[in-house]
Amino acid sequence: MASGRPIQLFRNMTAKIAAIPMILTALVIFVGGTAWTVVYSFTNSKLLPRANFVGLDQYERLWNTNRWIVSIENLLIYGICMLVLSFIIGFVLAALMDQKIRFENTFRTIILYPFALSFIVTGLIWQWLLNPDFGVQNVVRGLGWVSFEFDPLNNSSIVIYGVLIAGLWQGTGLVMVLMLAGLRGIDQEIWKAARVDGIPMWKTYLYIVVPMLRPVFITSIVIIASGIVRVYDLVVAQTAGGPGISSEVPAKYVYDYMFQGQNLGQGFAASTMMLLAVAIVIIPWAYLEFGSRNRG
Amino acid sequence: MANPATISTAVAGADTLPLDGPQGPRPRPRLSRRNIFIYGTMLVVAVYYLLPLYVMIVTSLKGMPEIRLGNIFSPPMEITFEPWVKAWAEACTGLNCDGLSRGFWNSVKITVPSVFLSIAVASVNGYALSNWKFKGADIFFTILIFGAFIPYQVMLYPIVIILREIGLYGSLGGLVIVHVIFGMPIVTLLFRNYFASLPEELFKAARVDGAGFWQIYFQIMLPMSLPIFVVAMIIQVTGIWNDFLFGVVYTKPDTYPMTVQLNNIVNSVQGVKEYNVNMAATILTGLVPLVIYFVSGKLFVRGIAAGAVKG
Repeated sequence: MASGRPIQLFRNMTAKIAAIPMILTALVIFVGGTAWTVVYSFTNSKLLPRANFVGLDQYERLWNTNRWIVSIENLLIYGICMLVLSFIIGFVLAALMDQKIRFENTFRTIILYPFALSFIVTGLIWQWLLNPDFGVQNVVRGLGWVSFEFDPLNNSSIVIYGVLIAGLWQGTGLVMVLMLAGLRGIDQEIWKAARVDGIPMWKTYLYIVVPMLRPVFITSIVIIASGIVRVYDLVVAQTAGGPGISSEVPAKYVYDYMFQGQNLGQGFAASTMMLLAVAIVIIPWAYLEFGSRNRG
Repeated sequence: MANPATISTAVAGADTLPLDGPQGPRPRPRLSRRNIFIYGTMLVVAVYYLLPLYVMIVTSLKGMPEIRLGNIFSPPMEITFEPWVKAWAEACTGLNCDGLSRGFWNSVKITVPSVFLSIAVASVNGYALSNWKFKGADIFFTILIFGAFIPYQVMLYPIVIILREIGLYGSLGGLVIVHVIFGMPIVTLLFRNYFASLPEELFKAARVDGAGFWQIYFQIMLPMSLPIFVVAMIIQVTGIWNDFLFGVVYTKPDTYPMTVQLNNIVNSVQGVKEYNVNMAATILTGLVPLVIYFVSGKLFVRGIAAGAVKG
């Protein structure tokens, strides 16, 4: 087998050459780029990246910056509400759609179409709908309820919920479609058996169907969660982070410090924190998903 | 749900004994409480989802005086297309006053090559991964898939450096490369799964007949996988058209894609706000993905399901 080695390298040569773009992307951009940013987050780079290491200084500054704290709080509020609400609404809608209703395609088309729109378009639509002088508030007041107040985009304590409304409108359709696909995968015999046994519908859902849908739920959560951490365009379009800094989010912090504030080190540190947040979600999921598969 | 019916006919056929009372399946009243609840809820939901689109269209067809006086939900008394013309050809961003048309054509120039290249690259990747497995292929693929979850913000600056080094920073070409890179995980996954589902005998037979890597790809795999190419195109066209972050980072004002220009037009602080023009511009930007969505129907759903399940 002395000649085995060189042949090994040249076997499948065309396939290897064809896969070069993938290999480069994986190694240079995904691994290399990420590592580079993490390493440079420990430097005091300003306008240009400089390998002048200052330890955890950038992180200390980051966590002492009010704007970052506000961003994190907003992300937590937005994230938890988005996760819980889009999950529940998506599931309920999917369960309703699964009742063999007529016009199912029409309903699905209507509920999913916002997902085809960009966050910029979504943000601008809801900026207009929530405009205090012309939008929903004005319309309700016009109906006679003069003291009606619904102006989230100009109220710094609830502005993030204004963003949430738009985010839910855009993203719930996707969750519904995922869950509906899961529900369709459930054996019809289970429904029949439950009905024969006289189990009420809601109990069948809660105790039989929901546990069976675990994989779909996990996939949905991972998808919603990784979208939440990235939320950027929506805020830029709808509120531009305002009023003041009250609707800032981490992704916007990163962009502003890297490309406008000329403070690269802060941007790197903030983006590394974002990476950490995603890792906290993804690693347990990957462990559950792939770890158990290897064992099974 | 033909089941209750078949049971009852079987029963009716089996015994000819006269039965007391009504026969056949229990009739389901159309207006049962359950149906009212289900259709009522779905109707309310549908109205909620459609209202923003309706308001956008209605607003874009009104004149500014009517908007100031009226209700955003009321239909226009006098339909005018002037806001659309203005949004397309005259709206200002910074010093340029040639409307959204510039952004539209930039987006076309970005989207077409990005979609073409990313699908070409990713389909070959997927093909190599499913049929020509080489040592280490799975490691790179795993990195690629995990890479899809890394926040883009982490990789923004290193790519700026790379693009600057090869002289593409700020150009459309640079942005095309970025889109090819970030589209790669999902599209490669899509193609890998699809090619893996094709019968292996086909590939083996071609190998026995002496066909090589590219020959099998072009003559056997490509013609068999047109549907998945369409699905990949749908995902990529909508994704790239809707991108904002990469557009704003990797291009200059002259080459801004439509989404970036739209945001600059609507959220500019100068001048009087023309809500009708803003809404017309917003619809124009959303039009391409919306048309793709409504035309492609089930394929769009298949695309997101394929991308999502087992991500």
